[in-house]
Amino acid sequence: MRLMNAPFLILAVVTLVGACAATMLRGLVHCALALAIAFAGIGALYLNLGAQFLGLAQLLVYVGAIAVLIVFVILLTRGADSESLSPAARPVAGIVVATAIFAILAWAVIHSSSILSSGQPAPQTTIRQLGAALMEGYVLPLEVIGLMLTAALIGAVIVAMKENGQ
Amino acid sequence: MLDQIFVSLKYWLLGYSPAAIQPAVSILLTIVPILLVFPVLFALTTVLERKGLGRIQNRYGPNRVGYFGILQPMADGLKSLTKEDIVPAAADRTVHFLAPLVLLAVAFLPYAVLPMGRNMVVTNLDTGVLFFFAIGAISELSVFMAGWSSRNKYSLLGAMRAVAQMISYEVPLLLSSIAVIMAAGSLSTVEIVEKQAGFTGIFPHWYVLTPWGFVGFILFMIAATAETNRSPFDLPEGESEIIAGYYIEYSGFKFALFFLGEYLGMFAISGLGITLFLGGWAAPLPFLTWVPSWIWFFSKLLGLIIGFIWVRGTLPRLRMDQLMNFAWKFMLPMALVVVVSAGAWRFLPQGVTRWLASTVFLALAYLLLARGVETRNKIAKRTYRFAE
Repeated sequence: MRLMNAPFLILAVVTLVGACAATMLRGLVHCALALAIAFAGIGALYLNLGAQFLGLAQLLVYVGAIAVLIVFVILLTRGADSESLSPAARPVAGIVVATAIFAILAWAVIHSSSILSSGQPAPQTTIRQLGAALMEGYVLPLEVIGLMLTAALIGAVIVAMKENGQ
Repeated sequence: MLDQIFVSLKYWLLGYSPAAIQPAVSILLTIVPILLVFPVLFALTTVLERKGLGRIQNRYGPNRVGYFGILQPMADGLKSLTKEDIVPAAADRTVHFLAPLVLLAVAFLPYAVLPMGRNMVVTNLDTGVLFFFAIGAISELSVFMAGWSSRNKYSLLGAMRAVAQMISYEVPLLLSSIAVIMAAGSLSTVEIVEKQAGFTGIFPHWYVLTPWGFVGFILFMIAATAETNRSPFDLPEGESEIIAGYYIEYSGFKFALFFLGEYLGMFAISGLGITLFLGGWAAPLPFLTWVPSWIWFFSKLLGLIIGFIWVRGTLPRLRMDQLMNFAWKFMLPMALVVVVSAGAWRFLPQGVTRWLASTVFLALAYLLLARGVETRNKIAKRTYRFAE
């Protein structure tokens, strides 16, 4: 396999160890930090595949924002020292959800490989093309997402303000 | 010749290595100088900073070790190496140990995309500026790791302050960079430097010499000061209120690593400011182009460092509410105005009208925003109830 080189293997191991640690560690903050490792590993995998923008956006959004947000939420709500639920608390629901997600992903992966294995090399996309696509072809979805995020932001501020007034 | 001396040196050394290990040697020859030069610059900066602050505060500063105290960093380094490494009994040992390492690793990574001279860049990434900010986002997590793992109220408070501050000021930092990215039409740091090459008369085509670039540069440097937790934005480590913030519980060499990481972050973000606004390694005047490019980069870097030291010795620390008000009520709208102004600059015809329109627009925005910040906090002579 072309993809099975040393960087890929290292990154895959790091990502998998991080993901496993995120589900198995006892401390909630530890889980969040392990999740950040898994996110960073996925970002590095994207970079390794040559998808620079995707990889860096993954780092910027997931490690820089989502992981910090998770950590803040844990600290501000439950207290960092509370322990997470044991993985065996609801085994049946967990197994069903995990199997369903794995089945969907496996189906998608198998079908995408049948499309791509037609022999042509992967297209080289520059950041300029991505920007042009976002600003020309997909400008309406982009604006809609922007509007939704703004609405969410205003909603968060209003929720916080109400709590302040009481 | 002298301009390319380090590049030629690398290829000359590379010629002597066997072909099988040439890629590895090439990587080493690129990375090791960066790992050497910037810590040495850090050592020199600590002397410069202590001397400069001493001068501002009307005292001598270090003057015992070596000539003019120039060997002080060596003494400091030896001291921190031989000091006992104390880990609090309640601390989370693994995270406590990892935090300074993560911070340092993350502090070194941005240098990969900084062009320090003609052909002197580690990797010319298509998305260089994005890489810089993506790596910078990880440092927030390492600060949090340090503050949380110490199991100390003060360090946790410091970490919360640091993360809140870094997230708030990342927004104007990114927006002021976006103005430059729009003007240059590229995210690659090398290409942004190339776009600023050339002169009109004696004036270089640096973005800082346009109205929007000037305002953007000032916003960028203010946000950079906050992002690197330097005075007057040093609330996360405010010695008089929370002792030393997130690195209270670090002693010996781990503390030195934090110190090093902080200064490396400052150099890196100054380097990005130079790349985006000050023409990178380009000479400031047309008849000075014979001076090697790397000398210009490091001169500009030293200039910005002196600016940081000056600001640190001059301005008092902000309060938390002032910090947040300033970020969200002044910096963010001003950065948005800069983005709009940069876009208008691109489409207005060249000439005096463009300059006038842009300057008037920015000045109006500044006046309005400054009024908004000012009227909310009435500045009056402080009256003391008990002290006088």
